[in-house]
Amino acid sequence: MKCGVVVFPGSNCDHDVYHVLKHTLGQEVLFLWHGDTSVQGCELVVLPGGFSYGDYLRAGAMAVHSPIMAAVRELADNGGRVLGICNGFQILLEAGMLSGAMRRNQSLRFECRDLFLKVERHDLPFTSGYRSGQVLRMPIAHAEGCYIDTGGALDELERNRRVVFRYVDPEGGEASGENATKWNVNGSARAIAGVCNDAGNVLGMMPHPERCADQLFGNDDGLAVLASAVGMAADPKGAVA
Amino acid sequence: MSADQGNAASGSATYNEPVVDFELAKGMGLAEDEYGRICDILGRVPTYTELGITSALWSEHCSYKSSKVYLREFPTEGERVLQGPGENAGVVDIGNGWVAVFKMESHNHPSFIEPYQGAATGVGGILRDIFTMGARPVACLDALRFGDIDAPRMRYLIDGVVRGIGDYGNCVGIPTVGGETSFHSGYNENILVNAFALGLARHDGIFHARASGAGNPMLYAGSATGRDGIHGATMASESFDAESESKRPTVQVGDPFTEKIVLEACLEVMRTDAAVAVQDMGAAGLTSSAFEMADRGGVGFRLDLDQVPLRQPNISPYEIMLSESQERMLLVAHRGRQEEVVKIFERWGLEVAEIGEITGDGRAQIFAGGEEVANMPISPLATNAPMYRRPVAEPSDLAARQAPPEVPEPDDLGATLASLLDTPELGCKSWIWHQYDHTVRTNTVIGPGGDAAVLALKGTPGGLGLTSDVNPVYCSLDPATGGAQAVAEAVRNLACVGAEPVGLTDCLNFGNPENPEVSWQFREAVRGISAGCRALDVPVISGNVSFYNETEGRSIPPTPTIAMVGVIADVMNLPVAHFTTVGDRVLVLGRDASEFGGSAYLRLLHGVEQGAPPRVDLEAESRLAGLLRSLVSEGLVHTAHDLAEGGLGVALAEACFGGGLGVELEINDQPHQLFSETQARAIVAVAPDFVEQVMAKAEKLGVPVVEVGSVGGSSMKLRCDGAAMDSKVEDLHRIWSTALPRALGM
Repeated sequence: MKCGVVVFPGSNCDHDVYHVLKHTLGQEVLFLWHGDTSVQGCELVVLPGGFSYGDYLRAGAMAVHSPIMAAVRELADNGGRVLGICNGFQILLEAGMLSGAMRRNQSLRFECRDLFLKVERHDLPFTSGYRSGQVLRMPIAHAEGCYIDTGGALDELERNRRVVFRYVDPEGGEASGENATKWNVNGSARAIAGVCNDAGNVLGMMPHPERCADQLFGNDDGLAVLASAVGMAADPKGAVA
Repeated sequence: MSADQGNAASGSATYNEPVVDFELAKGMGLAEDEYGRICDILGRVPTYTELGITSALWSEHCSYKSSKVYLREFPTEGERVLQGPGENAGVVDIGNGWVAVFKMESHNHPSFIEPYQGAATGVGGILRDIFTMGARPVACLDALRFGDIDAPRMRYLIDGVVRGIGDYGNCVGIPTVGGETSFHSGYNENILVNAFALGLARHDGIFHARASGAGNPMLYAGSATGRDGIHGATMASESFDAESESKRPTVQVGDPFTEKIVLEACLEVMRTDAAVAVQDMGAAGLTSSAFEMADRGGVGFRLDLDQVPLRQPNISPYEIMLSESQERMLLVAHRGRQEEVVKIFERWGLEVAEIGEITGDGRAQIFAGGEEVANMPISPLATNAPMYRRPVAEPSDLAARQAPPEVPEPDDLGATLASLLDTPELGCKSWIWHQYDHTVRTNTVIGPGGDAAVLALKGTPGGLGLTSDVNPVYCSLDPATGGAQAVAEAVRNLACVGAEPVGLTDCLNFGNPENPEVSWQFREAVRGISAGCRALDVPVISGNVSFYNETEGRSIPPTPTIAMVGVIADVMNLPVAHFTTVGDRVLVLGRDASEFGGSAYLRLLHGVEQGAPPRVDLEAESRLAGLLRSLVSEGLVHTAHDLAEGGLGVALAEACFGGGLGVELEINDQPHQLFSETQARAIVAVAPDFVEQVMAKAEKLGVPVVEVGSVGGSSMKLRCDGAAMDSKVEDLHRIWSTALPRALGM
């Protein structure tokens, strides 16, 4: 599948995503410059992590106004796949392509560590390689990852099954109560780690699947996100078949 | 002494400049003979701008005038060394056509005055040193020394430094994969922030900051110049006093976002061949970048300061030349190809301006507002800076401090170990490194918290090991032994991940070199490091000296931080620093000699900092490192962890924590020996089937080895002569993992 990775000034996970798509999954990948106005026929566009425009003003707020974003929106409207990781998720929220908003982590500090996610939807183009309810280990690295919305909007999100990943404890138990500070470190509402749009072709997630896509690093739980997204069948363990 | 034959520059009439005399020079940190020297070189009294330039170039920070005579002792050559000290960073060959470019630098003074910006710009500066060489930065380490947590301002300093490092490195997207943090009252009034960065480049992609080609244009790129950081290099060459707070304006302000795009733009420029030389504007800003670049190439330059992008109007030539505004680069392009360079910077949204050109006469001519504000010969200023062999004197209290200490037996082994683990010094540092992105760039095989970090080299099976070490308490008790110990421990840490050292960089933090006892410490530490390097075959490829780390006459403990890099042939299936497998047998390599001078046991639990530090047997270190590397490369060990502060007891506890596995051991030693810090030791955990093989190997290589027990259960059970402990790993882990945040109250 032809894939594009958008490069905003300040993107810093662009090469990491490119590496997995190109070298691990063998896809045709190109970098899309923020000033470009076309996605050049890509069927999957990834908005990578980083600090687009230095996260000045608000994470993702400036990137939304880049020329490339009109093309990304058009791709999504036409059913193409859009995946926002970390800063990319923040940009999708700022763009209104996903619902909700981000606050600073409840610790008010940048947090980089492995957390655990439960797959709430395995019927999406990005999660078909997983089992329902599967627990994944995946690193986070962000300062603004506390997902919020109004109570009504959160209920609607749940009702429409737009919660794709949720922070859990290592056994898959709820990251609530005493468990919350430890396993839902950014303090996200309802421990939400990733959401999709109604059509399911736009996914935003704070954890970094591209950073756990190789057994060399002792963990390839994230590979199936990208493998699913490019339509490569993956077995439920997350390994590419 | 020869009078200068160049044109006499005049002071600027536009700016109200003070009259130049020795009093003014003294205020800028120049000594009387140094002022005389500059007058002699010029054959006249310098202009105000020239005086500022000279005081910056001849500051201790830029000129190494008190350290040069000793630094020559370092072995700096080796088969793999492509660039030793003298450039922006050192370069070593790491195989497969790749080179590693690395360096460590201090940002102590600014970090004490303004911790957040001081630490942040420390990271920014070291990253620029790396990409200036044409290498893409891929990893950072940070060695931090703080005072007692309860000392005034200390929580603020710790919080600010950690945030500063995190916010800068995280935004640029360079993982901080390791480092070290320690606490000692000797840093209460002068903390240390030593930042290390490593970059990768192809063999033929190395770029030098050597200007050449008369007529070639000089380009300025990056942030505009403001009034921040003026005379930062001079500030870093002075001691602290009650007035230091007023020096806050000499601390620069960082913008990591600009750094990130400057980095990308510079690497892109260097791929075009349109640039001749690239240098960042670090300490002493435009002054040192222009002078160093020209001096290395043996050329001159003409600068028009009216072309320099400014943040505000009416910045004087003196201020422009000495500003340390961050994220600025100076480039020399091939005449006729500068447009290519300009286009790249503009595409990245960066300001770029032609501010001068290279000349063939070896002089620095600087113009502003149509006036010539400086006209001076470059080489006598850059290379012939004053050099001193300062008086040295062994500290008068040294013998008393080295007297053998009394070593009390622990009352209760389990409780003693728990109290050691409950200190910020030996407690887990994850509160710090969770704030650093250590996984971005997806090369991190082993991140912070182990003996050495490991980076994979994509596209090859191999990788790099990185570590930083020094024990300031040892160095304070015996700087030569402490210097050698730092090198030996770094080699040992690397060996635990199977890495063969290829080079080191140092950051030598000391007090005031005009104090003979400090100069003695410096000389001894350099001697120890050199001995370690020669015996263990590790060249020094870059480094930095930070003097004047003293406040109101009190010096910091001598702190020669070592950061070392090693190569690993295959990063798949490396051992880790913790126990992974139930049933593994635990072996101790090396033999204890019951050494407690400067030990954590005496210092942290009994308040005693006395005795000769553990002896450093470099041959034993070499044998141990060789054994560890061979065990790792043959895949014979699941766990390898070096013994350091806190001795065997602390090392065993740490090994239990990573995987939450217990251990059951029998050690035929006195209880206190569990905390002895004898060097050249490590623990390994080995599958039962391989024990014999490992023992035979150790014997063959002449490394003492003893099997002490096995991995399993959920407790740390230990019996020694007349004492025993049985503590739940979970309980010890809770104490250890929360010690630092509890002490900080954060």
